Amino acid sequence: MLTLDIRQQLGTFTLNTCFAAPAGQITVLFGRSGAGKTSLINAISGLSRPDQGHITLADRTLFCTTRALCLPPEARRIGYVFQDARLFPHYRVAGNLNYGRPATVTEATFTHIVELLDIGHLLDRYPKDLSGGEKQRVAIGRALLSAPQLLLMDEPLASLDLPRKQELLPYLERLAKETDIPIVYVTHSLDEVLHLADRIVLLEAGDVIANGPTAEVWNSDAMRPWLGEQAHSTLLDAQFVAHHPDYPLSKLQVCADQFLWVSQVAATPQQSIRIRIFASDISLAQERPVKSSIRNILPVQVVRIARTATQVEVLLGLGRCQLWAHITPWAADELALEVGMTLYAQLKSVSVTQEDWRAQPLPLA
Amino acid sequence: MTEWLGSYATEAIWLSLKVASVAVLASLPVGIAVAWLLARHRFVGKALLDSVIHLPLVLPPVVIGYLLLVVMGQQGWLGRWLDEQLGLSFSFNWQGASLAAAVVGFPLMVRAIRLAFESVDPKLEAAARTLGANRWRVFATITLPLTLPGILTGAVLAFARSLGEFGATITFVSNIPGETRTLPLAMYSFIETPGAEAQAAWLCAIAIVIALASLLASEWLTRYTRARLGGQC
Repeated sequence: MLTLDIRQQLGTFTLNTCFAAPAGQITVLFGRSGAGKTSLINAISGLSRPDQGHITLADRTLFCTTRALCLPPEARRIGYVFQDARLFPHYRVAGNLNYGRPATVTEATFTHIVELLDIGHLLDRYPKDLSGGEKQRVAIGRALLSAPQLLLMDEPLASLDLPRKQELLPYLERLAKETDIPIVYVTHSLDEVLHLADRIVLLEAGDVIANGPTAEVWNSDAMRPWLGEQAHSTLLDAQFVAHHPDYPLSKLQVCADQFLWVSQVAATPQQSIRIRIFASDISLAQERPVKSSIRNILPVQVVRIARTATQVEVLLGLGRCQLWAHITPWAADELALEVGMTLYAQLKSVSVTQEDWRAQPLPLA
Repeated sequence: MTEWLGSYATEAIWLSLKVASVAVLASLPVGIAVAWLLARHRFVGKALLDSVIHLPLVLPPVVIGYLLLVVMGQQGWLGRWLDEQLGLSFSFNWQGASLAAAVVGFPLMVRAIRLAFESVDPKLEAAARTLGANRWRVFATITLPLTLPGILTGAVLAFARSLGEFGATITFVSNIPGETRTLPLAMYSFIETPGAEAQAAWLCAIAIVIALASLLASEWLTRYTRARLGGQC
């Protein structure tokens, strides 16, 4: 667990952040360029020094102004993967990987990480002979082999083109599943958030404006400016229940007591699956439609109604969770929408975020 | 070589190589330290230090020789102290010639190494520190190896300049055969001596060959290291 509470003057604004990143989870620092994301992880790594506050990793205090304590970067045991891989040009890949490797990291661990990242065939090469994706994989391996207690990743995919991003993402997903240290991952890509984040810390001009589990922050108002009308959607954490006996569909349980059918997913019972429902994919009816082509029809309550120039945004209560739906003003008038009324939501499509990644190019990257 | 060139000339060539090599090797650690200081640190008097180091480039060499004589000679305050305390004498011997050569070659050496230090990406050093390396290890394993092409260039430039040193040498340690008569001084003596034009011409050719060889060697070394490093990654 990483906990921090720091203040640092950065040009025109002040970085003023306080959050915790639990072990074994990816905490995504999300925000626009210049929001202070990189400055924040530089402060965590010890490459820059905050004006005030404290940083604690596991039981160790890394930085504390009241105790006048500031460990240098080399004493913090933090692996840092930079946006530009920063491999040492005069070392081969093997030399780069071993640069920060303490004696406690065994040959077996080395082999395992090399296999995980699929860089075994590159060990004898110099960095200049590697592609962008390969460099970044070596950089990740180098950070992991330093036996860190925290992994910082500063937009590790940002400098890569689309195919390279898609190539690297599965490695990151595997890494996230395997590791038991906190990972702090900086990005401004919604797709990386969807696929990797366990928690989101939303930064704006140096302040944390939202912080919590991914679905909670994603569905909050703080995320709205990022999603726009097209991408406005709700994230739900679902559990796999069963496959359909006859059709290639899978049954998921959401919001405690609701069930949804989605295109067949490779999952084991009780496995958590994150699903995304676009607001524009929900239609509303006053009575439960019968003999409809739509499989997912759920009873909902109207919680909030917000009218914009072109559409009506309706927040719907579904069991313990809430869903956003977009309908036209005409439809809203005909339904005589009121807060508290019960409706039936028809879900035209439900996407499983991991499936999205491979099925379509990254529209938001 | 001795037969057709004469023992004076051969002696001068070997002496020149010795004087220049010692001058470069002895001043290299100081040159690296000063270049590092100028490239990576801010301190009071930095501009002054920079100017003082560059003085030998613009001062008449005879002034350098005179100053060395006054400070480092037998009667000079520092020269006498070194002689008494360490038994290190620079007056009218080849060590004095090396000192003069080192002083005039120093600005060239520092310039080249400083440029190399400035071109090492501090981001690589930051990355090394996050991997657990302290400042010394970062310097020894990242900064210094990446500066190596510049260090070689600086050393070769200083070597070539040392070989050609004349004014400061003759002023500081005179023109003593076998002791301080380096190649340029020998050539000067031959030119002054009636009937020795051939030896002077030969020495001239040899001076050109040595200078050219060292420049080519430097160029090759730079290319080799660049190709291996392949730019910054």
